[in-house]
Amino acid sequence: MKHDPLIPMLGVVTAIRTDTPDVKTFRVTGADGQKPFIHIPGQCAMLSIPGVGEALFSITSSPTEETYLDFSIKKCGCVTAWLHQMEVGQQITIRGPYGNGFPVDTELTGKDLLFIAGGIGLAPLHAVINYCRHYRDRYGKIDIVYGSRSKQDLVDFPEITEQWCKESGINVHLTIDNPQPDWDGHVGFVPNYVKELNFDTAKTVLMCGPPIMIKFTLAGLMELGFSREQIYTTMELRMKCALGKCGRCNIGDKYVCKDGPVFRFDQLDELPDEY
Amino acid sequence: MKKIAISKLNDLFSAISKEKVLYIPADDGANQARFTPWQEGLTLTDKLNTVRSAKDLFFPQVENLVNFKNSGKAIQIIENRTEPQPFVLFGVRACDCRSFDILDRVFLSDPVDTFYKTRREQGVVITLACNRPTETCFCGVFGIDGADPQGDVTCWMDEAALYWRANTEKGEALTAALPMLTDCAEEAIDPIAAKIRSILSKLPLNDLDLTGFNRDRMMELFNSPQWEDLSQSCLGCGTCTFVCPTCQCYDVQDFDDGQQVRRFRCWDSCMFSDFTMMAHGTNRPTQKERFRQRFMHKLSYFPNNNDGIFGCVGCGRCLQKCPIHMHIVKVAKALKEDLK
Repeated sequence: MKHDPLIPMLGVVTAIRTDTPDVKTFRVTGADGQKPFIHIPGQCAMLSIPGVGEALFSITSSPTEETYLDFSIKKCGCVTAWLHQMEVGQQITIRGPYGNGFPVDTELTGKDLLFIAGGIGLAPLHAVINYCRHYRDRYGKIDIVYGSRSKQDLVDFPEITEQWCKESGINVHLTIDNPQPDWDGHVGFVPNYVKELNFDTAKTVLMCGPPIMIKFTLAGLMELGFSREQIYTTMELRMKCALGKCGRCNIGDKYVCKDGPVFRFDQLDELPDEY
Repeated sequence: MKKIAISKLNDLFSAISKEKVLYIPADDGANQARFTPWQEGLTLTDKLNTVRSAKDLFFPQVENLVNFKNSGKAIQIIENRTEPQPFVLFGVRACDCRSFDILDRVFLSDPVDTFYKTRREQGVVITLACNRPTETCFCGVFGIDGADPQGDVTCWMDEAALYWRANTEKGEALTAALPMLTDCAEEAIDPIAAKIRSILSKLPLNDLDLTGFNRDRMMELFNSPQWEDLSQSCLGCGTCTFVCPTCQCYDVQDFDDGQQVRRFRCWDSCMFSDFTMMAHGTNRPTQKERFRQRFMHKLSYFPNNNDGIFGCVGCGRCLQKCPIHMHIVKVAKALKEDLK
């Protein structure tokens, strides 16, 4: 009997962390306790609960974590709602890794990196950030702009404040949409904050967030003098196979699952604006 | 080249079906032809083509992928796929036969779809030249010759005999097991082919010109003002997709039968409003975008990725079945106007 790429393997949820009112991070291993597969930062995996459905999620942990995969998942549909109510020890199915990932070992090496994330958009960038922290000498300065609706909506706040913020060569710029009593940081939307920070245009940008944030931040970066060749983003569309066959994530002559999910904006300019 | 008298066709079918399941296009009692497993008494249809394409045999409308059993926090993965039995598909037309090349490029490209691949390996395709191509046929636009189709074996028919030419190893192997086929001269089919070609040359849609539908014009085609008008009457019924021999988009769904969860895949259509629906909405919100996706995929996206081969074979099923009489030739001609 041949093994088909649509047939998943078993996974086990070994830890669940509640990040925000609607985001949890699930730690997943194979049924044997080992990491299910090796991935590149920015790649995705198909998770499913039989009878509920299967959906694609970006892998939040860095490949340098040797024993598990983490998935930070926002509760917003059928599969995610089910994932949010499960308990540690629950088995799920997993298949992957899918997609191209960020070019961490080629185009990004030696560069000053600027990460821009909004809300759950931190999930795929988290893998890249921790990969770059692990191989710190391969990359230049790192700036991270991360914004969300409120302090409570910042995903993985303890790791950000206790680790990222304290490392030399890494500047973290947090912002929330509205003022709140226990927040003395920046208040305002990500696109405006990026413009205020007035980054030098030698940096390579990695951006992920809601479409409206991407749109205005991209415009802001253009105003600052960045070119579209320097800016990467990662996309998500509905997918069923993640193998470039089921047809759902087809945009122009690309399949987001296979040719993406990571694209540079100059590459996206050549495609219909249907994402 | 081999031949067998028409009066002996039953013997031929009977011999083939001793070794393998044989499908032939036969009338379904509702004035339509369908590929039907042969059994004693079943005769070939005299209809030009089957109502549904031959893709059904390699990419069925619904197929089970895997089963699961949930118990508490545990999941059991039950791989229960059955390997397809060897089969012979007789009477495939030139258009449908070309559609297999197109489906191959999707399902056999890395990572290979093993469900499709095993069916392709187990299936022997016997094509039949089209004696009476009709006004909805335009396979010639795509370089397909209705008078000389491809396949493991090619057949031609006249009133007296069926002529048989093996094209591949699979075809040779099948031929060797059929002693009732007798040798005949290659030229025997010339009058049949000449007659077919004279009809093909007069077909009204065969003059469709697709030059200019290349990669550099992709965005120009996408942004054409024609899509608004063309898509206005589209009902989004998906009939075109289901009868199309090259449409291969699929859905994967779970069905809980009370004992096990069956994960199956089934045909889907980019014409449907929920095709790209996500928790936060859809990226193709109106029928215009969905309509455009289907035609852009066949006329631009697919050829861009596949050496210029269009994702259409000119079988004409969508022309016959669309409830609003919209079809790919009309679309291509309207777009072509704009390219000037």
